[in-house]
Amino acid sequence: MALDWTKLGVVVFLAAILQASVFSDVSIVGGTPDILLVVVVSVSLLRGSIVGASVGFLGGLLFDTATLGTMGFTSLLLSLVGYWVGRYGETTGRDRSHAPFLAVAVVTFLYALGALVLHFMLGDPAPARHVLVATLFQDIALNLLVTIPIYGLARRALRPTDRAERIQGVRLLG
Amino acid sequence: MPRNRSARVAAFGPAQGRPPTSASLHSRAATAFRRRLVLAVLLVVSLALVSVYFRESSGGSLHGVQSGAASVLRPFEVAAERIARPFRDAFGWVSGVSSARSKNKRLQREVDKARQEKIQNDELKRENAQLQRLLAYRRSARFPTDYSGIGVDIIAQPPSQFQQRVVLNAGSNDGIQLHDPVVTADGLVGQVTKVARNICQVTLLTDQTSAASARDSRTGAAGIVLHDPTTSSLILDQVPKEDVVNEGDVIVTAGWRSGKLASIYPRGIQIGRVRSVSQLDTDQYKNVQIESFVDFGSLESVLVLIPKTRNG
Repeated sequence: MALDWTKLGVVVFLAAILQASVFSDVSIVGGTPDILLVVVVSVSLLRGSIVGASVGFLGGLLFDTATLGTMGFTSLLLSLVGYWVGRYGETTGRDRSHAPFLAVAVVTFLYALGALVLHFMLGDPAPARHVLVATLFQDIALNLLVTIPIYGLARRALRPTDRAERIQGVRLLG
Repeated sequence: MPRNRSARVAAFGPAQGRPPTSASLHSRAATAFRRRLVLAVLLVVSLALVSVYFRESSGGSLHGVQSGAASVLRPFEVAAERIARPFRDAFGWVSGVSSARSKNKRLQREVDKARQEKIQNDELKRENAQLQRLLAYRRSARFPTDYSGIGVDIIAQPPSQFQQRVVLNAGSNDGIQLHDPVVTADGLVGQVTKVARNICQVTLLTDQTSAASARDSRTGAAGIVLHDPTTSSLILDQVPKEDVVNEGDVIVTAGWRSGKLASIYPRGIQIGRVRSVSQLDTDQYKNVQIESFVDFGSLESVLVLIPKTRNG
């Protein structure tokens, strides 16, 4: 159990650091890949809602710290992302090959929308047209692209070793 | 139990399974409670962080904690950045080359377009200047009073140097008839020699079949303007030796009328300036060479003169 949390911590730490120092600055056809978001989605699908929300919170906190952003901002959004995707994984999304891609596409849109609303509420500049029209489709496409390797790596790294470690939130039907 | 539960029901509704026993019900309720509690705690903590961070000054405690934690993270960020730098540089190079290439193509297209526009503008400017000159000529005192002018574009240039004929973009539908004189602001061009409904052919003064009765505007010495193929210039032929013609004199159309007969060209239209005058004892007439005012090589628009009597 402790080993699993350590692995999760390392994965999220690496994702947050890489996102803050490398990927935030990468612009491909106007979009920016968000590997922290994809990692949170992958972990949440594999480990469920509680781990997903916790990992989202931790990753967001690290990201906000590394980028000197508003503390709690990314944590709030990624906690919700982790919880929602975790529940999706625990129920309908489990063992479905399209689940990571569907989750990443939907969550990228919701994350952008949520960030926009939060920025607006905090009085920050919130260019809705830029976020939702100019770059959203590129962001979704890039996130879907990085989902393939990241989800594969996450599956290898977080393979359940013990049946007891598996999520107990919902039983499979039939 | 239905299998096709929606994600919303799955995420926010109760968990479903086989008919529950009381122990499993209790366990499931505890798991759901723990799940919601964790989420609630994380959200509350996040909101609290946002609120405190947003309200406090930049020297506040949370800012201090963040600054300290950022210092701890900094070496990792630097390391990640250094590791990623070669890849980023490679990506930047590829992206830069690709971007430069597409930018180059775009700029090339813009340059081509601008060049095309400039050519068109120059063309229009020249055409405009030419039309302005025609208009000014038409309004000037030099324009024959008993004629009206139709401004027409040339749509076909002389087919060869032996056939000095051009085609105009107007014909009998515009009132043009055979032998109508054609001029520009500079002077006499020729006459209409073929007419169709919408186009007509003009034989230039430089054609070997053309001739125009003319006179020296200063001395009144009369002759016939022809094209001399040996010197490729206009000459004033059949000027008696006793008549006076000087270099630099302006030659204009004579415009004679005899009863019902009249010359094709109206009186007083400029033809050219006398370039040289010579005479040999053996010759019957003076040898007068004329430099035409009209540049026959760059004609674009002309005026076709239509007698007002015809309109009336």
